[in-house]
Amino acid sequence: MNKLLPAPFLSLFLLVFWLLLQNTVSAGLIVLGIILAILIPLYTNRGRDFPATIHKPFKAIEYFILLMVDILISNLNIAAIILLPSRRIKPALIEYPLDIVGEVPITVLASTISLTPGTITAEIRRDGRALMIHALNVDDHEKLIASIKQRYEMRLKEIFKC
Amino acid sequence: MVELHGWADWLVSSLLIIGALFALIGSVGLARLPDFMARLHAPTKSTTLGVGGVILGSIVYFSVTASFSWHELLITIFLFLTAPISAHLLAKAGLHLELRRVENTRDLRAQPKQYSDKD
Repeated sequence: MNKLLPAPFLSLFLLVFWLLLQNTVSAGLIVLGIILAILIPLYTNRGRDFPATIHKPFKAIEYFILLMVDILISNLNIAAIILLPSRRIKPALIEYPLDIVGEVPITVLASTISLTPGTITAEIRRDGRALMIHALNVDDHEKLIASIKQRYEMRLKEIFKC
Repeated sequence: MVELHGWADWLVSSLLIIGALFALIGSVGLARLPDFMARLHAPTKSTTLGVGGVILGSIVYFSVTASFSWHELLITIFLFLTAPISAHLLAKAGLHLELRRVENTRDLRAQPKQYSDKD
């Protein structure tokens, strides 16, 4: 981007973070927060190895809300598996082929998989083109892969344009 | 301690109970599930809602008694950032140590060698 704001979303995040830490909103605090939000990215920007730009911020917010809902469902899901004594679980190690590229998008996808129903990312393949997922209770792994692809990966692809 | 009004009292109490319940379920899962990888699922998933309930209760309590309070949301941000990373590291460690897996685990990897550190 431009010289003054090398990472606009980092700046915005820092400002919100600062106001949350203070737990009050006043003019003086906002000015101080804006100064910090400009200075800190200017200083830390040369240390950033993995540049990533969010091309569609509204899609990113939509993704965040979707993730919240899915985390709620995943909590209930796991609670049901734990509490119902009769249910036999069918765990599986699944290889998930990646379509997206870049460190940041893949990290976001891996974290999403870990937070959502019944799956945990365990490892990335050596060539970086596939993730290994441990699924707690899965009948049809093809269906699971397809659902992750169209629910999360397609959206991330749009957000990061990668 | 400040007395709460009727509805706030109910709301805060039920949020705290929901949070505590999910934290308990997560701990039960840690003890009950069959192998290491399955056990990992319980604390990473159930505790997010457990902590979430307690945090919501705290936001409501302090917003009603003192001034509007949002900085509990920071805890949520930190939790969502750290929970998948710690789960990932634990899973990775378990994978490379080749811990015993429950018998009906299906290994659907095409080339398991591609995920190992051994050369």
